[in-house]
Amino acid sequence: MNFDPRFSGRKFASVGTRPIRPDGIDKVTGRARYGADFNMAGQLVGRILRSPHAHAVIKKIDTSKAEKLAGVKAVITAKDLPDLTDGDAAMYDILDNSMARKKALYDGHAVAAVAAIDARTAREALKLIEVDYEVLPHVTDVDEAAQHHAPLINDQVFTEGLEEKPAKPSNITKRTQFGHGDVHAGFAQADFIVERSFKTEQTHQGYIEPHACVASVNPDGTADLWVCTQGHFVYRQHCAQLLGLEASKLRVTSSEIGGGFGGKTHVWAEPVALALSRKAGRPVKLVMTRDEVFRASGPTSATSIDVKIGAKKDGTITAAEATLRYSCGPYAGSWAEIGAMTAFACYKLENVKTVGYEVLVNRPKTAAYRAPSAPMAAFAVESVVDELAKELGMDAVDFRIKNAAQEGTRSSYGPVYGPIGIGPTLEAVKNHPHMKAPLKANQGRGMACGFWFNFGGQTCTDLNIGMDGTVSLAVGTVDVGGSRASLSLVAAEELGIDYSQVKAVVADTSSLGYNDMTDGSRGTFSSSMATISAARNAIKILRERAAQTWDIPVEDVVWEKGHAIAKGEKYGNLSPLSLKDIAAASGKTGGPIAGHSELVADGAGVSFATHICDVEVDPETGSTRVIRYTVVQDAGKAVHPTYVEGQYQGGAAQGIGWALNEEYIYGKDGRLQNPGFLDYRIPVCSDLPMIDTQILEIPNPNHPYGVRGVGETSIVPPLAAIANAVSNAVGVRMTHIPMSPPRILAALEAEREG
Amino acid sequence: MVEVTLWGSLSAVAGGKAKHDIEAKDIRELFRKLAEQYPGIEPWIDRGIAVAIDGTIYRDTWSKELPKDAEIFLLPRLAGG
Repeated sequence: MNFDPRFSGRKFASVGTRPIRPDGIDKVTGRARYGADFNMAGQLVGRILRSPHAHAVIKKIDTSKAEKLAGVKAVITAKDLPDLTDGDAAMYDILDNSMARKKALYDGHAVAAVAAIDARTAREALKLIEVDYEVLPHVTDVDEAAQHHAPLINDQVFTEGLEEKPAKPSNITKRTQFGHGDVHAGFAQADFIVERSFKTEQTHQGYIEPHACVASVNPDGTADLWVCTQGHFVYRQHCAQLLGLEASKLRVTSSEIGGGFGGKTHVWAEPVALALSRKAGRPVKLVMTRDEVFRASGPTSATSIDVKIGAKKDGTITAAEATLRYSCGPYAGSWAEIGAMTAFACYKLENVKTVGYEVLVNRPKTAAYRAPSAPMAAFAVESVVDELAKELGMDAVDFRIKNAAQEGTRSSYGPVYGPIGIGPTLEAVKNHPHMKAPLKANQGRGMACGFWFNFGGQTCTDLNIGMDGTVSLAVGTVDVGGSRASLSLVAAEELGIDYSQVKAVVADTSSLGYNDMTDGSRGTFSSSMATISAARNAIKILRERAAQTWDIPVEDVVWEKGHAIAKGEKYGNLSPLSLKDIAAASGKTGGPIAGHSELVADGAGVSFATHICDVEVDPETGSTRVIRYTVVQDAGKAVHPTYVEGQYQGGAAQGIGWALNEEYIYGKDGRLQNPGFLDYRIPVCSDLPMIDTQILEIPNPNHPYGVRGVGETSIVPPLAAIANAVSNAVGVRMTHIPMSPPRILAALEAEREG
Repeated sequence: MVEVTLWGSLSAVAGGKAKHDIEAKDIRELFRKLAEQYPGIEPWIDRGIAVAIDGTIYRDTWSKELPKDAEIFLLPRLAGG
């Protein structure tokens, strides 16, 4: 990578402004094409048969009756998706999750699929498939699953990360540990210690658009996939590997995305659609129903977390410890590991220890959800921090400021921090008018901090200058939160032209080199770096073309404010050439002008946020209403501040739903009881106050503009901030998320009964 | 020679030691030498290890040079949402 990513401290003309979003008209007029909006001539309708059992051996599947039904063009089972994973355990899990091979591992696990001429025929065919199950004992609760007597989900799982391999298999796939110092010695120095256990229930990302794709496999081995995804290059890799296709012959085109939040980083139905198309010889469209999205895509973990923190009378934390158990669904994951790394990341701690346990349960395979695993850990830790501040008689913000991590602090997950923003977010909260606003009866205020790593990754971008001087920017990171606008601003900034002259598109997998998916808050961070690099490469060519036009050495040509300028008094008579002038002449100076960039964007800066929340709790019904909410977060540099504010508000809104209502509810039979938005209640506009935001800009030293990721950190503090607010409102420490009305009433009743 | 610190679980497959002195100029050489010394680390490298150099996390830039006096910390290679 011949590119210097260091922060330069430049002044901006375009970056930091708030132009109109380029996808706005399409989206408000209904012209934007989402996953289900693509159609092909002769396409079939795909439907998936799903297990009604939480845990069962698949003894036999008879598809003969379905195959004979008029209008059915293909029926597939796991036999049509042979194991090509060559010992890659993670890919095998993806394969098995796409179509169960020997056992159905959760309610909703795919066991067969059909492609038919219409939806009615496809549904009818599903009813004709006979599956002979041997139902097994199941376990859906994370704590029960971790017990030694729990039903075993996979008898080949022996806990990793222990000093000795255990003699017996269990549902705990891995133990991880982080920290430094001596927590026993630290607790011995403490004047006050608070220790509590917490639970959070499983939630779904709640994206409005269900998973949808159209797959078309040709007899010559070429294939196309149109799909709603956060990472079409990753989908290509996974589908090609699972189907035995050559990656370059599978072209994947990403649609507009109606929300992803981590849930569209994983293939489920796509390999099935491709397998159906391959067998039927026709394109197949497969759209999940809402029921299927809940039962068979990838929600976040349910958790059980123990936290212990000790402090001296002066407010110095002497030791902090947490044990975190996260559910993974029926396949191994690293969700508790992330929770263990992020739990105490906001604080400067001499003695800290976290231990994570990954636990298998008979629920859908856990997938990422916006700063995955961090919100639950923050809920538990920030609740204890709040309680400890009360024990000490200290203000909750002051206690956090006293113990906040800063540049040079050894993080709880290991490395020493560079410049970070936790202190400034806390100072901003301390001085925010929200903290001084009066509260009424039954109202409470809470605040909490949150941390997220942010990531970069492989990125490839093309910038093409048209002969009319307009610029098309082709990127490979799916736009999940406004990156097309932000990247257009960045291109305009580098080239010195107006934002309106740039049009950004997300290119398909045959048009650009590989890009990692848009996750880890990396879209704008990574692709802006690649866009800057591509624009600088284009400027090099623009300078060369101007030099050629003027017949002077290129070293004497500089690029300023969208113009090539001949430098030096000897060129005093040469008028600057604009980008438009040079583009218009390009056909006679060497042909098209373009800039390309392929790089690994590493060095994404960590980010911190602090939130303030006011709630009002009805003591008779236990119903909670958020009446005021403020987000303060470090963005590094807000490229398009309106989108950054939107990310802050979106994370808070999802956190509010998670904290107060959202919950996967399983019956004793192991079946999901609420797979729909009527019974799984996400917040709607009328549930939310205007969410106020404050953007702080502490530059990331590893990005030319100082950009940090902003998309995920905003969901980390809400569970804790709201739990602290509710606890302050009702006078009882809330330890179980969501704090739904029955749970609040139960807590109040328990308190009354002592 | 650089001093490298391994996170808890990884140190278990590296002789139970968290700190290691390795002669390596960049991340690629660091991984190669660790794997030579402790073959049990190889599957972990395949699954993904991130390297924090003075607090900045590098996940994929294996050509990144390791400054002599830098703090080098190995971490699990995580993904986000």
